[in-house]
Amino acid sequence: MLAKRIIPCLDVRDGRVVKGVQFRNHEDVGDIVELAARYRDEGADELVFYDITASTDDRQVSADWIGRVSRELDIPFCVAGGIDSVAVAGARLAAGADKISVNSPALLRPDLIDELQDAFGRQCIVVGIDTFEQDGTYRVKSHTGDPYKTRETGRTTLDWVLEATDRGAGEIVLNCMNQDGVRQGYDVKQLKAVRAVCNVPLIASGGAGATKHFETVFKEANVDGALAASVFHKQVIAIPDLKRDLVQAGLEMRL
Amino acid sequence: MSVLIVDTKCANLASVGFAFDRMGITNRISDDPTEIRSADRVLIPGVGSAPYAMEKIRAAGLEDTLRLLNQPVLGICLGMQLLFETLEEGGTSTAGLGLVPGHVEALDTGDLPTPHMGWNQLTDLIDDPLTHALNEGDHAYFVHSFAALITNETVATCRYHTPFSAMVRHNNVRGCQFHPERSSQTGSAILKAFATL
Repeated sequence: MLAKRIIPCLDVRDGRVVKGVQFRNHEDVGDIVELAARYRDEGADELVFYDITASTDDRQVSADWIGRVSRELDIPFCVAGGIDSVAVAGARLAAGADKISVNSPALLRPDLIDELQDAFGRQCIVVGIDTFEQDGTYRVKSHTGDPYKTRETGRTTLDWVLEATDRGAGEIVLNCMNQDGVRQGYDVKQLKAVRAVCNVPLIASGGAGATKHFETVFKEANVDGALAASVFHKQVIAIPDLKRDLVQAGLEMRL
Repeated sequence: MSVLIVDTKCANLASVGFAFDRMGITNRISDDPTEIRSADRVLIPGVGSAPYAMEKIRAAGLEDTLRLLNQPVLGICLGMQLLFETLEEGGTSTAGLGLVPGHVEALDTGDLPTPHMGWNQLTDLIDDPLTHALNEGDHAYFVHSFAALITNETVATCRYHTPFSAMVRHNNVRGCQFHPERSSQTGSAILKAFATL
């Protein structure tokens, strides 16, 4: 049986791993390769690295640290941040990333998803979506790495999920911004709505604060993976304990 | 012992090489037919689409070289699929390398999300040097939409709505549908067994 995935997310800024609350006030939490190796040893199923300043500062993530991470890891990892062309994505994949994730550049130019799919196949194309609930409607935001540059896109989340998967996204990571960094649980209601229309793997992001939150999102929203940052960085939840508890709760996990 | 990783122009070559580096196994990447023919072990990686990959292999002048290998060969992910006779993808049938009898087709995933992505279990293990170190139910990392069905060549099975070949063996040629270089200790054990066959 396919296991549910536990995915620590490492936000990278200026070559260090950082963590903010609702995308603001970033603090340094450590070295990229050291943290990657720690999560590998603790049993993380996959890692995601977001270069959170890439799109806003109009620069690209570094193939150098991707290579160093790839050398260390025997689990898959995904890289996001400022990937806006087949050439840029190809360099990241060649450096050793297993998947690349696009967000703001795909909103500016949706054809990017088709081009990436044609070049590399949908299995390594992830579309990250920053979604925010306003007046009962889920809306997509872009350029969320810097609150002063964040934009409204005019798109609703469900429509964008459908368009992105139709164009060739092989996986969707849904960052529920209302919940991000506040550790009150995943946005199960929204994830259920997205799950209903999403025919590719769906990863929940934003809000993890306790083991129960993971159990709930896997069981109720039937997501394929759950992504979290601060609870792992700050060692509020230990991955081996989390996975054992989830097996106890009847979920299929890789131990 | 050393492993030659074929530069199929369509694969994550670096990460496969790094996996052998972590185990202290000599490896090199090459697209030179003479070097490939004389290698101890040949690993064929691949990601992406079958028609594109076969086109790249042909353009690099490697098709005949790969068809005639008689040393231990291991194909991984798309590299495994290319070992078969035909691959049904994109509405057309592409001729593979024909090193393993059988066909590759779209995996019937029913109502489950597609592609099949994540850690799934290896079951129904058949005795082979590459499966010796494995236990029934070990997890490996899969990411694919196409697969070879179960045949006499299957030495490990995986299930995602339907059962399919997770590992195959035919004479000197073996294949893994998953990514051993990204499958933690399970994957390392397989790569090590291949290198030390």
